[in-house]
Amino acid sequence: MLDKEGIARRIAKEVKDGYYVNLGIGIPTLVANFVRDDIQVEFQSENGILGMGPFPIEGEEDADLINAGKQTITALPGASFFDSAMSFGMIRGQHVDLTILGAMEVAENGDIANWKIPGKMVKGMGGAMDLVASAENIIVAMMHTNRAGESKLLKRCTLPLTGVGCVTRIVTNLAVLEVTDKGFKLLERAPGVSVEDIKNATEGTLIVEGEIPEMQL
Amino acid sequence: MIKKTVEDVSKALEGVHDGMTFMLGGFGLCGIPENSIAELVRLNVKNLTCISNNAGVDDFGLGLLLQKKQIDKMISSYVGENAEFERQMLSGELEVELTPQGTLAAKCQAAQQGFPAVYTPAGYGTEVAQGKETREFNGKMYVLEEAYKADFAFVKAWKGDEAGNLIFKGTARNFNPLMCGAAKITVAEVEELVKPGELDPNQIHIPGIFVQRIFQGKDYEKRIEQRTVRKK
Repeated sequence: MLDKEGIARRIAKEVKDGYYVNLGIGIPTLVANFVRDDIQVEFQSENGILGMGPFPIEGEEDADLINAGKQTITALPGASFFDSAMSFGMIRGQHVDLTILGAMEVAENGDIANWKIPGKMVKGMGGAMDLVASAENIIVAMMHTNRAGESKLLKRCTLPLTGVGCVTRIVTNLAVLEVTDKGFKLLERAPGVSVEDIKNATEGTLIVEGEIPEMQL
Repeated sequence: MIKKTVEDVSKALEGVHDGMTFMLGGFGLCGIPENSIAELVRLNVKNLTCISNNAGVDDFGLGLLLQKKQIDKMISSYVGENAEFERQMLSGELEVELTPQGTLAAKCQAAQQGFPAVYTPAGYGTEVAQGKETREFNGKMYVLEEAYKADFAFVKAWKGDEAGNLIFKGTARNFNPLMCGAAKITVAEVEELVKPGELDPNQIHIPGIFVQRIFQGKDYEKRIEQRTVRKK
């Protein structure tokens, strides 16, 4: 079974040379730490920067330079700043190659819910609805089950939706899955996790074809 | 040159009164119009509708107006950093219209540029699209989102000149340029106000035509919400 860092490490392998990548808050943010350094990649943060770098060295924080999680960051050589309309223009216009974000629920038809628990938690969708409505290549990074042990990979989402039919791939602490017309197709198992474990943790339709390889990290 | 300078924040906010709709720039606490917000608190205007991506934190930014219950309605994309906000919203004291961030930007920009509405794919099939016109273009569904209407836009820039031309810094740019000229009156506060000719026209982000009043801001706190650093 993977921890959050392990999930990020696996997703980092999906980041290819020449990609512009938008990273969501939480596990997705960690992905930047594990991307190979022999490929050219630029990270976009939707509050208005392309070419986002690591956290600043202590004492060099700049209040005018933050990421979408409101954390202080740095700008790498070749970076650019822009307003929010242009930022979402990049996203809506499908100029960003890969979007990685977290979720509370994903359904087997590719629906995603990650912004609201009615009556309990209402923080807002931020840029998530824009991202999922436009991106062609969306990877969800999340734990396979919630804190109560219930599956987060469902037949249908129960929470208010963020977007419909948009998720293409999911990486959890247990597995890598692809969203297909027929359900969640199991691609890889996390180290030490059996197909049976994944079946038990998946409420939605799980498609298992042939031998399922273990993830290479 | 058409001069847009006013001597201070109280002159800049002349005409502000109860029941108005305001746009306020900033993402989190980054690039917020601190001086204008402080003056709104001092004027104690009430029953406001505020269009702003976030609602500040409990004791800074728009949180200051929320504390004094000056705001009736917030239009934002993300409000997670503010406990008082969440309390007022869940208790029904505060009306909240949550809007996808890119849509919020587009609705400001539409107001600035004279578009009555824009189609966006964001929110299609979700509760955000309820009651809104939808339409298919090239096999994909879009939601029609109307331009905002506001009385004042309060923005913060890094540098500005007496003609109202503005330059923003880093990610403090965010929604600020999109709100300029998107309300009846745009008030810009700047960290550095300079004479005409001192800013290179090639570097201007927002031409002065979008700004009615500009003033030299002071005592900027520029609070950081999440101070994240690495060791040398």
